[in-house]
Formats: sequence, structure tokens, C-alpha cells
Amino acid sequence: MHIPDGFIDAPVSIAAGVIAVGGVAIALRGAKRQLDDRLAPMAGLTAVFVFAMQMVNFPVAAGTSGHLIGAALAAVLVGPWAAVLAISIVLVVQALVFADGGLSALGLNIVNLALVATLAAWIVFRVMVKLLPKKEFSIVLAAGLAGLVSVPVSALAFATEFWLGGTAPISVGAVFAAMGGVHVLIGIGEGLITALVVAAVLAVRPDLVYGARYSLARFANLLVSNRS
Amino acid sequence: MTTKARNMWFLVVGLIVCFGVAGFVSFYASSDPDGLEFVAEQEGFIETAQDSAVAGSALADYAVVGVADERLSVGIAGIIGVIITAVVAFGLFWWLGKRKASTTTSA
Repeated sequence: MHIPDGFIDAPVSIAAGVIAVGGVAIALRGAKRQLDDRLAPMAGLTAVFVFAMQMVNFPVAAGTSGHLIGAALAAVLVGPWAAVLAISIVLVVQALVFADGGLSALGLNIVNLALVATLAAWIVFRVMVKLLPKKEFSIVLAAGLAGLVSVPVSALAFATEFWLGGTAPISVGAVFAAMGGVHVLIGIGEGLITALVVAAVLAVRPDLVYGARYSLARFANLLVSNRS
Repeated sequence: MTTKARNMWFLVVGLIVCFGVAGFVSFYASSDPDGLEFVAEQEGFIETAQDSAVAGSALADYAVVGVADERLSVGIAGIIGVIITAVVAFGLFWWLGKRKASTTTSA
């Protein structure tokens, strides 16, 4: 869902750039508080994994594809602050090195894919983990649902930006409906991949899953030292 | 194995997976338009897209300039991307997390 240059006008792109800088600055402070010598390399690995996975578009419906955003996955694995930074790093590398996503749209893409997607995913994850039984499977399910929801929410953030600063005279309602619809389908893929990867890490190294501390009693001690 | 050694193993295996995905699996990615492109085509605003200022760079669109073989081209681009992302991400996160020992867990 990387926005190219030209879709959104300069004022809205610049405003998004300001929000992106502010959001990343807050995430830097949060991550500095939370990251330790165990979580930091995991956050690095998560960023690299998201970069790799974003190269693999999967087909969703006739003639459309999608790829992992990774915000939900990153948030569950390394926490929301590091997730915002990991996705932002991926977006910067993609825009500067691979011409994937416009340079003037970098702020928009960071807002949608790093800030909005992570926020949506983290809210869903925390609420689901609270509601579900305190078991490994609940973490997998909550992560999957967080991934599923994060994609259409991110798509609606784009539709909002298009409404505010779209350069083409297109019916905004149609863009909202089309963006939401396609991205629910892509969200299913996002949810499945997120759930599978979280399940795989939980199976081998549950202590490396940041989100586990909100569900499993044996990791609850981490909440005391790393309360955000 | 100590926790430190197990963490190192996890990192190494994880990075190998990343290289495999970006360097090999990426060739099999769907080349259909993504959700946003699809909507832009359907709703008729795809023409407002402009080429990125770096669209002419050596690695633009995940292809290496001068490498004709598509599998090789996207694979090399992916591996370079993994290395660049790794340097930036591990560097930043190491700096953010340095001199802080992790809380012990009962894993």
C-alpha cells in the first residue's frame, strides 16, 4: 500500500511528514525506555524480516495482490514503540533505495503503515489478550486479529488523506469503499501470516515474544521493569 | 546452552530465513497490482502517480541495473535490501538498548 508521489497534494503530504517525525520521535523515546540487550537484536531482526516479507506479494482476488505490512507482527514480537521504528526503517530504505513509495509520500506512508497500523494492531491485541484465556493460543489469535484489522484501518487512513488532499477529482466515497473492501481481503493474509509467525516464535522461544507478558503469568514479571 | 547462545542461534536462523525470503522466495511474488494500485486504477487516479526521484537508481523496483536474469536481479536486490535494513535497524536498536541488561525470565 505504498503511496507513490503525486497521489496526495503537497500540504497534506507535508502535514503527514510533520506527524510522522513527531510519531517517530515519541517512538524513539518509548523504545529507549523498553529496549534492553535482549529485545534490541530482536527488534533489528524484526525490521529485516518485515523488509523481506514485504517483497513477497500474495494474490488476494482476481488481479490484485497484497503483502505483509508487519506492524501487528512487529508490535507483538518487540512492542509497539520498536514496531513503529522497525516499520519506519523499512519504509525509508524502500523509498530511498528501491523507489518503492514516493519520497514526498514518505511521511504519508510512515503515518499509515507505521503509526496508524501499529496503533490499531496494538489496541486490538491488548483488548483481545485481555478477553481471551491466558494461553499461548490466545496470543496467536490476538496477533492474527490485530494483523487483520490493521490493514483496512491503514487503508482508511489513506482514504482520509485522499479526501483531504487527493489530486484527482474522484468521488471520495468510492475511494473509501474500494480501499476498505480490497484491504479487508489483504488483511486476511496479513492476519494469517502474523498468526503463523507469532505461533512459530512462541513454539521455540516464547520468552522472545514481547506480547506474551500481557497474557502468560510466567512472563508477567517483565511488566514491572518495563512498564510503559 | 546459555540464553545468550540461544539468542544468537535464533538471530542467525532468523537472518538466514530473511535472506531466503528476500533473495529467493521474492521471485515468486505476485506481480499483480497491490490493493492501492488496484483501487487507483479502478477509480481512475492511477495517472496522478509520478515517478519517484530515485526511480532511475541502480536498485529501483527491486531490480539490479544490468542484470538481465529476472530471478538473479530480484534476488540480488533483495539480499542488498536485507543487508542495508539490517545495518540500519541493528545499529539503531543497539544504540537505543545499549548498557541495559535484560530482566531474567523463566523461559
